[in-house]
Amino acid sequence: MNQERLLLTGDDAVALAALHAGVELGTGYPGTPSTEILETFDRLGGRAQWAPNEKVALEVGIGSAFAGARTLVTMKHVGLNVAADALFTATYTDVDGGLVIVSADDPGMASSQNEQDNRHFARAAGAPMLEPVDSQQAYDYTWLALELGERWRIPVILRLTTRICHAKTVVCPRPPGQRRVPRAASSRPDDAQIERRFRRDIPGRVMIPAFAKPAHHRLREKLAAISDWNEAEGPMTVHPAASTNDPNGRSDADPDGTPRLGIIATGVAAMHAHEAAPGVRQLNIGLTYPLPLTRIRAFAAEVDRLLVIEEGDPVLVEDLRAAGIPAEGKPERFRFGELDVARVRRIVAGDDTAEPAPAKGKPPELCQGCSHRGVFEALRDLDCIVAGDIGCYTLGVLPPFSAMDTCVCMGASVGVGLGLRHALPDDEARRVVSVIGDSTFVHSGLTGLAEMVYNPPKTGHLVLILDNETTAMTGQQEHPGTGRLLNHTPTARMSFEAVARAMGVQNVEVVDAADKHLSLKERISALLARDETSLLVARQPCVLAAPKIRLYEKAAAEARTQTSTACAAVTDQ
Amino acid sequence: MRSLQGIAGSALERCDGPAGDSAFVPSPFLPTIPSIASQSPLSMITNTVIAGLGGQGVVKASDILADAALAAGFDVKKSELHGMSQRGGSVTSDVRFGDPIHSPVLSPMVPAGEAHVLLVLEPTQVEVARPLLHAGGLLIAPDILEDGALKNRKSLNVAMLGALSTALEIGEAHWQQAIQANLAEKLHAINAQAFAIGRARGPGPGLSQGQR
Repeated sequence: MNQERLLLTGDDAVALAALHAGVELGTGYPGTPSTEILETFDRLGGRAQWAPNEKVALEVGIGSAFAGARTLVTMKHVGLNVAADALFTATYTDVDGGLVIVSADDPGMASSQNEQDNRHFARAAGAPMLEPVDSQQAYDYTWLALELGERWRIPVILRLTTRICHAKTVVCPRPPGQRRVPRAASSRPDDAQIERRFRRDIPGRVMIPAFAKPAHHRLREKLAAISDWNEAEGPMTVHPAASTNDPNGRSDADPDGTPRLGIIATGVAAMHAHEAAPGVRQLNIGLTYPLPLTRIRAFAAEVDRLLVIEEGDPVLVEDLRAAGIPAEGKPERFRFGELDVARVRRIVAGDDTAEPAPAKGKPPELCQGCSHRGVFEALRDLDCIVAGDIGCYTLGVLPPFSAMDTCVCMGASVGVGLGLRHALPDDEARRVVSVIGDSTFVHSGLTGLAEMVYNPPKTGHLVLILDNETTAMTGQQEHPGTGRLLNHTPTARMSFEAVARAMGVQNVEVVDAADKHLSLKERISALLARDETSLLVARQPCVLAAPKIRLYEKAAAEARTQTSTACAAVTDQ
Repeated sequence: MRSLQGIAGSALERCDGPAGDSAFVPSPFLPTIPSIASQSPLSMITNTVIAGLGGQGVVKASDILADAALAAGFDVKKSELHGMSQRGGSVTSDVRFGDPIHSPVLSPMVPAGEAHVLLVLEPTQVEVARPLLHAGGLLIAPDILEDGALKNRKSLNVAMLGALSTALEIGEAHWQQAIQANLAEKLHAINAQAFAIGRARGPGPGLSQGQR
């Protein structure tokens, strides 16, 4: 029988591997380029759910892994900043079930506010890190991350980048006989009868200083053991595998005395390097933390010029230099943006001249019919100072609106707006408005609102929630404010206005942004004039999501009717 | 093209093969895949770029092309940037394919200036995307379809694939299968029609050496 040959994105490959490896829970927060992992996992039949933010997702994941379940937690690179508090201590603990944390980095910022390099997190938190070069390795390394994590009882980071997440390459999955099923779904009597019980392990999981001190030592011992494993049998490849013309393995020894070049590469950059420097000896490393330094040293000894090809910060090259391995990095200009074949050719050639500017295409814009348009027209006309946030509505910064003055991170609109109000003279402070989306408000706006109530500026403040009833930017995902789960079926709905009133916000108003008789300008002006704390929810579904939302609501109504009919039938009996 | 010749001629190990890291050594007598590579047995990777605006179905078109190439037995990689694409901005998607044994695709991205074929769905994007095309490469622009040629403009992406299909060595059955796999059943008929309309206006078989 022919082996199954699928053309998958890296995201889909991770989801498929999670399914095949028996992952019992996938959780995360939507973020390009990671979003599709959980959506696919759900579509394939896995249990997937959106968390309010990445920190909560990782905390749920830690608990699930403590209970022995294989667990997948997904996020984009900046999401790991939010989850970092959990991560840095989770590595001290002993997890029973494999816990894979997907960090999807976005070098070049296709859809992000920065291009931070999350390889630093592996080193800072002491978390082993795997970096696939394509979808096949994304599939294989998801399995490997679970297996390594269970063997050493440690969370493992699977670092993807945009070109791994969203590129489609061929994947041959493990044959059915080599897969695992979640215990709950298993039809095998042996599996079904294993009842999961809580295993108490206070020194391994309660990180008070008395237990955390030995736990930190245990973490370093685990990493040392994983490093030994990486040296002996870790995932790495040398190309070409063996010389065909030189018994000493110095395949590209050049008779005219040209220095022998060797390349060390990771992630998708390894693929660019193969193409840019064909025939050159190349070492690709899969488990990039902790590094197999002995193997790298041996590779380095075979060449005269050791070149490190890595996207982003000079992380690997600095590790090699710190270990006393003379390695050449890339010129500083290649720290910025993605690498590609042309850029790697330049690095190999030592060409540090200016690169051709990429063609300027048409920039994105708020959709025609977008509910945010009216809000930004009003803010522009009122000459407000707008503390903005992360989402589609960040496009309010572009003409014809040009109505956004700050954008830093998820939830920052509220705190930054308050800070501006504290520091500006009163006449300017009264023009400051914080603008935040519905999903972003749940993610990181709630604590900002607590700050507004606790430390109100003397001119008061106005927070505007642009509630389009979906996480629009990342492709219309559900969140706690929509009242629907990841798979769009109903659950409890969080009310922003009720939360704000309960927190003590002085004025809480909700408007239908689609209302033709509404003057947003008047409503905003009136609230700005009050020197009080205010929350205005401008509600109108995303124009792209609205037809789908109607379908979900119809399906939910039908399900309710069926349930009540069934209940009535039971009562009748 | 120099780099592609180099790859096909070097003893590279496959990273992405089903058996993990099994090495392969290409035969010095590389078999040619029909037509498209016949003039240059060593450069057997075909680079295609599809360009347009968000909402036109650029990504869908590249999904269909990639699936058709896979079904035809090629190794395939496809890459584009998502995220902002739904907000009406410029979008390009790269599809590369080659013989799975002798010229597996390495980088998923087509290097700028190395596209053998550039398929553009939106007139304003022709000049924006042109630098991606190899000197002497094949440009297929939307003006091959006269106004009113399509019943539904939403099937423009599939009609343009019809035109592209005449230049690539991928059998029509593979195209039809890929279109059906990527679109809802109620859209099959109109898109089959659109594909046929585009195919009738395509540039025809065989890319020249320059276009390779």
